[in-house]
Amino acid sequence: MNRIKNAFENKKAFIAFITCGDPDLETTAKVVREAAKNGADLIELGIPFSDPTAEGPVIQGANLRALSGGVKTDMIFDLVKELRTDVTIPMVFMTYANVVFSYGAEKFIGKCSEVGIDGIILPDLPFEEKDEFAPICKKYDVSLISLIAPTSAGRIAMIAKEAEGFIYIVSSLGVTGMRSEIKTDLDSIVKVVRENTKVPCAIGFGISRPEQAANAARVSDGAIVGSAIVKIIEQYGRDAAPHVGEYVKSMKDAVASV
Amino acid sequence: MTNPKGRFGIHGGQYIPETLMNAVIELEEAYEKYKNDPEFNKELTALLNDYAGRPSRLYYAEKMTRDLGGAKIYLKREDLNHTGAHKINNVLGQALLAKKMGKTRLIAETGAGQHGVATATAAALMGMECVVFMGEEDTIRQALNVYRMKLLGATVVPVKTGTATLKDAVSEAMREWTSRIDDTHYCLGSVMGPHPFPTIVRDFQAVISHEIKMQMLEKEGRLPDAVIACVGGGSNAIGSFYHFIEDKNVRLIGCEAAGRGIDTFETAATIATGKLGIFHGMKSYFCQDSDGQIAPVYSISAGLDYPGVGPEHANLHDTGRAEYVPVTDEEAVEAFEYLAKTEGIIAAIESSHAVAHAIKLAPTLSPEKIIVITISGRGDKDCAAIARYRGENISE
Repeated sequence: MNRIKNAFENKKAFIAFITCGDPDLETTAKVVREAAKNGADLIELGIPFSDPTAEGPVIQGANLRALSGGVKTDMIFDLVKELRTDVTIPMVFMTYANVVFSYGAEKFIGKCSEVGIDGIILPDLPFEEKDEFAPICKKYDVSLISLIAPTSAGRIAMIAKEAEGFIYIVSSLGVTGMRSEIKTDLDSIVKVVRENTKVPCAIGFGISRPEQAANAARVSDGAIVGSAIVKIIEQYGRDAAPHVGEYVKSMKDAVASV
Repeated sequence: MTNPKGRFGIHGGQYIPETLMNAVIELEEAYEKYKNDPEFNKELTALLNDYAGRPSRLYYAEKMTRDLGGAKIYLKREDLNHTGAHKINNVLGQALLAKKMGKTRLIAETGAGQHGVATATAAALMGMECVVFMGEEDTIRQALNVYRMKLLGATVVPVKTGTATLKDAVSEAMREWTSRIDDTHYCLGSVMGPHPFPTIVRDFQAVISHEIKMQMLEKEGRLPDAVIACVGGGSNAIGSFYHFIEDKNVRLIGCEAAGRGIDTFETAATIATGKLGIFHGMKSYFCQDSDGQIAPVYSISAGLDYPGVGPEHANLHDTGRAEYVPVTDEEAVEAFEYLAKTEGIIAAIESSHAVAHAIKLAPTLSPEKIIVITISGRGDKDCAAIARYRGENISE
């Protein structure tokens, strides 16, 4: 059974992003367990890609460190399998279309289902191209997560109507990364989403501080944080787990206070 | 219900972030509106003729023909265009379109710097702001073009990520476009990226084959037997091929950059060594590893140093309508020197890849056969790098 709905059941969700293999897979396993222990409701596991066109400098750096460390897609499937011996919260992959395509879509998505991955986020797969993977995702009960951007005017209803798992609302123009201020009219986007689907939606891009997370959770069903966590891992390397745990706790408390 | 647009066989499509979808839809609508608009076409033709110097010459390379002792060789002289390459054909079209769309700022990626220079030129002419992304490695290889862009009023951003070459410049230009769409048009330089770019760029470059056809009929009273052009993303090649696609007796030959050889990792020959993938907005062939990580490709030519190929070329390869052959650095450098000594023409190192293949092909054909080589750009920009390749250090 797909676990994603558990993240949003009677609560606002705090969603944490971690790049697999940065700086190594042992650290990723420790960080995921620590984040789960401290209240993360859903984990996005990034499979590194050589040319992550939707990422800002922080996550680009993480991708590079992971790949130079020799991480391969199969090693990440093994990591998830091992994590699933005790981690019960939903986990999704975030990567780029070519990683899935080159592995073989059927093989990749089948393997997701086998090891316990509940969804896939592909920032370079818009609504118009989702048939590339959507039928296979459906077959294996792996949710293909849709994204909605500040520039999605006129497209929100169409995207929301066919959304699965949860909807990832991109808070700002540009790439991933921390921002001092989010100016997009998120209320209006969420309103259109609500009118068209019961699938929950969470806001990401640019969120790093507890009050920003609380704002996102107030407007939507949850907050997604990537670069701020990756930055902690960049700073503390193999010793990052307790620091990430502490950070996740502060963010989860902020989200839960809404 | 989805509607995958802009397909060439299985290739093409729109694999881009949601943030950019409305921008490419808006671009497609504007292009559909203006492409058959008489006023737009009148303005564009005036720019191409009076400003860029079209039509470009189709020159009979008599000395080269005699020396190689086979097919008759013609050179399509895109190097004689204003700014020194075929890139201006596409840029004038896109800049005019962007202006009609109310955009005030052009961004572009560039490899060798020719597309960057062309974009900076059009921006200066039309009073638009211009930012060009260029791999840091390429800003060193093509320092002269960096200076030209600055002189034309553009900002050049050296890209340090990845391999610091053309693919990273494309990635960075895409990132920039997602952060600023309202006033900015991404003036993509090749027949690649998401739909509608491969179609728009091809249409603006198709003037090359249109002219070759007319000039050939005028000079020889018949079509050529082969058209040869270099292929990175593939804009001058598709421009040279397009109006011959239906003429099945005309061989279409694309020359890819093999770098140090297709049996080495230091190559950029996508069709020879790549496999099907999804990257930079399109499905096509890409040099990549078994996990789908894009390969750090290499060629002496900054303009062909790209790990992918345009979707229409991928399809012409699939259907067998065009042939794609690898040409090494060494062969290209020899052709660069050969054309200079034989015809007094210093061609770009990119175009020299096409010349190199013609040098191999011409002697195998009878003198009644006719070959057209597209000289996509001039080689002044390459002189310092070629000198270095030959172990000579010159200061510019």
